Amino acid sequence: MTRIYISRDSGALALGAEAVVKRFEKEAKERGLDLEIVRNGSRGMYWLEPLVEVETDQGRVGYGPVKASKVDDLIDAGILEGKPHKKCIGVVDDYPWFKNQTRLTFARVGTTDPRSLEDYQAHGGYAGLTKALEAGPDGIIEEVLTSGLRGRGGAGFPTGIKWRTVADTPPQQKYIVCNADEGDSGTFADRMIMEGDPFVLIEGMTIAGIAVGATYGYIYLRSEYPHSSVALRAAIDAARGAGLLGDNVAGSGYAFDMEVRDGAGAYVCGEETSLLDSLEGKRGEVRAKPPLPAHVGLFGQPTIINNVLSLATVPIIMDKGGAFYRDFGMGKSRGTMPIQLAGNIKHGGLYETAFGVTLGELVDEIGGGTYSGRPVRAVQVGGPLGAYFPRELFDTPFDYEAFAARDGLIGHGGIVVFDDTVDMAKQAHFAMEFCAIESCGKCTPCRIGSARGMEVIDKIVANENRAENLEILEDLCNTMKLGSLCALGGFAPYPVMSAVTHFPEDFGADKKRLEAAE
Amino acid sequence: MPLNPETDYGTPKSKSETLVTLTIDGTEVTVPEGTSIMRAAMELGTQIPKLCATDMLDSFGSCRLCLIEIEGRNGTPASCTTPVGEGMVVKTQTDRLKRLRKGVMELYISEHPLDCLTCSANGDCELQDMAGAVGLRDVRYGYDGKKHPNPGIDASNPYFTYEPSKCIVCSRCVRACEEVQGTFALTIANRGFGSVVSPSMEESFLDSECVSCGACVQACPTATLNEKSVIEIGTPDTATVTTCAYCGVGCSFRAEMRGDELVRMIPQKDGKANRGHSCVKGRFAYGYAHHKDRITKPMIREKITDPWREVSWEEAIQHTVSEFKRIQAKYGQSSIGGITSSRCTNEETFLVQKLIRAGFGNNNVDTCARVCHSPTGYGLKTTYGESAGTQDFDSVEDTDVILVIGANPTDGHPVFASRMKKRLRQGAKLIVVDPRRIDLVESPNVKADYHLPLRPGTNVAVLTSLAHVIVTEGLVNEQFVRERCEWDEFEDWARFAADPRHAPEEVEKLSGVPADLIRKAARLYATGGNAAIYYGLGVTEHSQGSTTVMAIANLAMATGNIGRKGVGVNPLRGQNNVQGSCDMGSFPHELPGYRHVSETATLELFESLWGRPLLNEPGLRIPNMIDAALDGSFKGIYIQGEDILQSDPNTQHMAAGLAAMECVVVQDLFLIETANYAHVFLPGSTFLEKNGTFTNAERRIQRVRKVMAPMNGYEDWEITQMLSNALGYPMHYDHPSQIMDEIARLTPTFTGVSYEKLDKLGSVQWPCNDEAPEGTPIMHTETFTRGKGKFVVTEYVATDEKTGPRFPLLLTTGRILSQYNVGAQTRRTENVVWHEEDRLEIHPFDAETRGIRDGDFVKITSRAGETSLRALITERVAPGVVYTTFHHPTTQVNVVTTEFSDWATNCPEYKVTAVQVAPSNGPSEWQEEYEELSKAARRIAEPLVAAE
Repeated sequence: MTRIYISRDSGALALGAEAVVKRFEKEAKERGLDLEIVRNGSRGMYWLEPLVEVETDQGRVGYGPVKASKVDDLIDAGILEGKPHKKCIGVVDDYPWFKNQTRLTFARVGTTDPRSLEDYQAHGGYAGLTKALEAGPDGIIEEVLTSGLRGRGGAGFPTGIKWRTVADTPPQQKYIVCNADEGDSGTFADRMIMEGDPFVLIEGMTIAGIAVGATYGYIYLRSEYPHSSVALRAAIDAARGAGLLGDNVAGSGYAFDMEVRDGAGAYVCGEETSLLDSLEGKRGEVRAKPPLPAHVGLFGQPTIINNVLSLATVPIIMDKGGAFYRDFGMGKSRGTMPIQLAGNIKHGGLYETAFGVTLGELVDEIGGGTYSGRPVRAVQVGGPLGAYFPRELFDTPFDYEAFAARDGLIGHGGIVVFDDTVDMAKQAHFAMEFCAIESCGKCTPCRIGSARGMEVIDKIVANENRAENLEILEDLCNTMKLGSLCALGGFAPYPVMSAVTHFPEDFGADKKRLEAAE
Repeated sequence: MPLNPETDYGTPKSKSETLVTLTIDGTEVTVPEGTSIMRAAMELGTQIPKLCATDMLDSFGSCRLCLIEIEGRNGTPASCTTPVGEGMVVKTQTDRLKRLRKGVMELYISEHPLDCLTCSANGDCELQDMAGAVGLRDVRYGYDGKKHPNPGIDASNPYFTYEPSKCIVCSRCVRACEEVQGTFALTIANRGFGSVVSPSMEESFLDSECVSCGACVQACPTATLNEKSVIEIGTPDTATVTTCAYCGVGCSFRAEMRGDELVRMIPQKDGKANRGHSCVKGRFAYGYAHHKDRITKPMIREKITDPWREVSWEEAIQHTVSEFKRIQAKYGQSSIGGITSSRCTNEETFLVQKLIRAGFGNNNVDTCARVCHSPTGYGLKTTYGESAGTQDFDSVEDTDVILVIGANPTDGHPVFASRMKKRLRQGAKLIVVDPRRIDLVESPNVKADYHLPLRPGTNVAVLTSLAHVIVTEGLVNEQFVRERCEWDEFEDWARFAADPRHAPEEVEKLSGVPADLIRKAARLYATGGNAAIYYGLGVTEHSQGSTTVMAIANLAMATGNIGRKGVGVNPLRGQNNVQGSCDMGSFPHELPGYRHVSETATLELFESLWGRPLLNEPGLRIPNMIDAALDGSFKGIYIQGEDILQSDPNTQHMAAGLAAMECVVVQDLFLIETANYAHVFLPGSTFLEKNGTFTNAERRIQRVRKVMAPMNGYEDWEITQMLSNALGYPMHYDHPSQIMDEIARLTPTFTGVSYEKLDKLGSVQWPCNDEAPEGTPIMHTETFTRGKGKFVVTEYVATDEKTGPRFPLLLTTGRILSQYNVGAQTRRTENVVWHEEDRLEIHPFDAETRGIRDGDFVKITSRAGETSLRALITERVAPGVVYTTFHHPTTQVNVVTTEFSDWATNCPEYKVTAVQVAPSNGPSEWQEEYEELSKAARRIAEPLVAAE
């Protein structure tokens, strides 16, 4: 029997993986081959998808990207015996782009069958829970604190402190809410986890529940992720069937169960308090803090809200210890970050590595420059509300504080690359437009400011009282930054002002005057 | 009085007892923990600029004007959402804050219409105020930018308009609808820059679930939601605090005037009954005061078939007095009597009964409470020793279990219902005992834990069954009962309740309520924490009304749910001053303060002050008066502000009684139905035209203040005084305060009451005397008024009104939100858009078997009579039960109600009438005849023009 792996990940599917699978099935039938096709997660090397991995004695040999129409050629060429081919990348685990990563959170993604609880457990799954049950609630929180894990959703708040806060509230109904409303442009790490290793998220949430005394969890999933929905629901059912969710988790006496709730297509519902409103069946609207969700969260009860990546990292922290995780990274950014390389980039995909790698390494070396082959002009890091960085800032290390020091943010770890054809004034305008459309509409700076922002940028570009309007734009951005209720309005000025600051020429600035000013 | 709007502290008051001291702009201030920085600043007189915050609503944090700086903290938090902290150092005005606020205001104004001078909120607009406060001098964006969506003006509601172009999307209206009213009719549609306020699913206000309570209009900081009266008249310039003249909640309002024109009624936040909330009636439905039907000149006629003749006040008074004297001379001292009004003031009511007792020389005085809450008086007096509810409305905030029986608060007592719903949303449990699926059973964010849909007429059986569960399952609070109640009587009662025939399984057979529900409800009431019972006319208007009240009183005592906050027995009184009219001695057997006319010492006190001998025997009740009229022994009646023909049962019997009298005097605003049988019409004054006091359902005495001159020339008490003087019993009051002083002298529960105190405290709840100089919010705290609480055995006796082959359905009656009682007032307002006619609610099953479709005319027949109205097919009523309202005289639903009544008090059994319903072609014969008679009886002769 030959076992091959073809990903079920949305990215692979978008690139034709399903047709490839069908073709292999057809060929196997016609040729009478004993072929088993495992639908794994993606390895995260999207330029190679659909990637076909063939299990051999040397390891899993990869071929990609594979077109359905070429499947019979490949079989003829003997790839099922792991024979060489121009599409062959060798043993995938040894492929440099993959091998050079530090895969902690993504340890199993692309390797295992995401529908198989046995496979998950065979690859170290639920080892974290076992350790967690030994450690008990306080022990878990200590371990998470030790690890230095910070919220991967973007805010970077220490996860352990959040957990401690909820654990310290009096015993009552508490909830674990997983923020899976991954809406930032250029991000897909959450989706890859949910599709490629859903059990790790379930395990992470279960550990969180035990740590803080919560007995129920919700995954708030963006509606645009139908494949994640299927994968998660199947995994939850499997975990429940195996007694790993329910009234008596793994026979421990702890109760924890969970469900998936689908969002309705609003970016702002990725903001934690809007998410809670939406989860409660209301219109998603940002809540003022205090009270913190840790005190008054879902249905008014103490609630942990963590991003998918934060929760999915907990099992390995419990398994290997907080110190193990902490020893990766730099400064106050400990551990690894699954970085998502997107936009106009040659090697787009997911690259998990310890904090500290520079932006330049990520874009030029790992990402291989632009897909178009033209020079990189700007990089937006951290989603649509992240700052645009020019090449001059490529020495910035991937680290929460280092990015903040340069008026940027790493956010959820998404990097979108632009080549030299980009019009940065249009990008600035887009940031305001995005805000005007996606704002919940509650606070004034975000709701009205974003509309005015578009108009002011238009006037600047049209050379209408440029100097005065640049001043107005700066004032407006200041009002939005300091005055907005949440990060949506508060961060929309980042892409705008970074574009103005680093690319003034796109806003019609006089080069000479600019130089004189310096 | 100057307008002086109430201070808006921005966020609600904190209830914490822990105090926190902080420094704001260099000044120390100490406030309760949980107070917002905004409110703390306001306590110092510093108004931090704000638009989305208002102290009727929880803080929201959307406008971003109220930003502040806190020493040692990053950023500029909103002062409305940030609570104070010990030692905090706050700055409310810095360069950075000034710049930010200006920036925010600039954004607001950049898309706001620039029509301030012609805007209806000019001078009363918070946006305008804030633009001034932050020093906005320039909008650098210009005014040509994109504006938020504007679906156009919605003027569908009769009382206010919605003008979305002026909206600043602060959500105050949406939050008011949710938090204050609890209807959830409003939302913000769309998101981002497209956000816009929308009633329901983008419907018009009139078509939406909006109940027109006015909370959104009140909350709106701009002209977006504005009273049509303000749009028409302009902003008010003076305001006077007064009390609503509709239901027994007793909402406090600021009557805002321009000159002597009423511009609007604004609910007063300081009002302890309503806490700043209102309903469609009190807030908007005052237009009847100037309705064209209002009669302002006295009129007399020889026979009721004659047209009316307008006469001078002098002639009308003299005519009345000479008729009364003639009748008394001919038929005896007891041949005349009077009816006090539960809509008039305490002072007016007091004066009418004084006129009757001392002037007429008999005790033939009764009041409309006869037909509503007389069983409450009897039942609570018997068990607890005082004829009134035990709590204040605030008590509901501490209630864990609310038991509503025979009341429909969202329609009948809407403002209190909103407070109740708020508590329910906070997690209190709810038990509803009612034949209908009233709104409380299930409405947005409120759901009854148990609804016991009993068959009309089985209240006592169900309540006794609840007691059975409490007694047999060991849920009695024995310590309370031993300390506070008469033990022997308790034991008798407990034995009675424990009898197997009261077991839920037995009672299910006659009440139709599943036994399981009775058990669960009883357990919840007994063990769910602070449990409070709220009840209405569905309890009292039965042949066993008084028994039901006592059964309720028993439950509260047995479980120790009496004598503290959050518990108690709370009758929801129907009319604005029904509590007061009872307190003021309107019943034939009781002098003011519920003292029996046979108590010698009391009688002597009154005799000495009133200077006349008084009878020590009870006089006639209303039904007795009517019976006596038909017997020929009762010939004259003075009716102040009550339409007995429309509101009392068995209309045809009532009509015959009135027709048999020789002098019927009606004092009212309109030619009400009773006036069709009157010989003298004395035009009355509205609550806007008089001084006095009303007492609400929580015993709260509140001032009614005159805001305009009476159109008829006199306040009602003055008319009674003129009658009395003409009759030869002199009265010399210059102001109602003197009447209150007399009440205080004569009534132990009122000795501490004076206008001076009411002006100072706003209101007091009686008993108000030396022991409780500031009144008594909660009664029976240490001991019961009667000493020990008395358990009364409540044997269920089925009513004689039984269904059978001829009359297989049970009719029960009630009211609707937009209309009030017989509708004399509300039918003469725009409220008719919500309820232009009474309809008969009938279950689809019963409709189907009779071939009735929704909207069909149906004939409803009882053994008393028949009438016709349109059918409304609904599952709100159970099969076998039909329901209607009694607001419209054309329906005359009381034609079918019977003369059965409460065994103790004669309160009519409105809630149970066996009827048959059948399709019909239109109005019944009686309705047509009555329509004719009514038209003829209302003719007013043209005044004779002097020959030239």
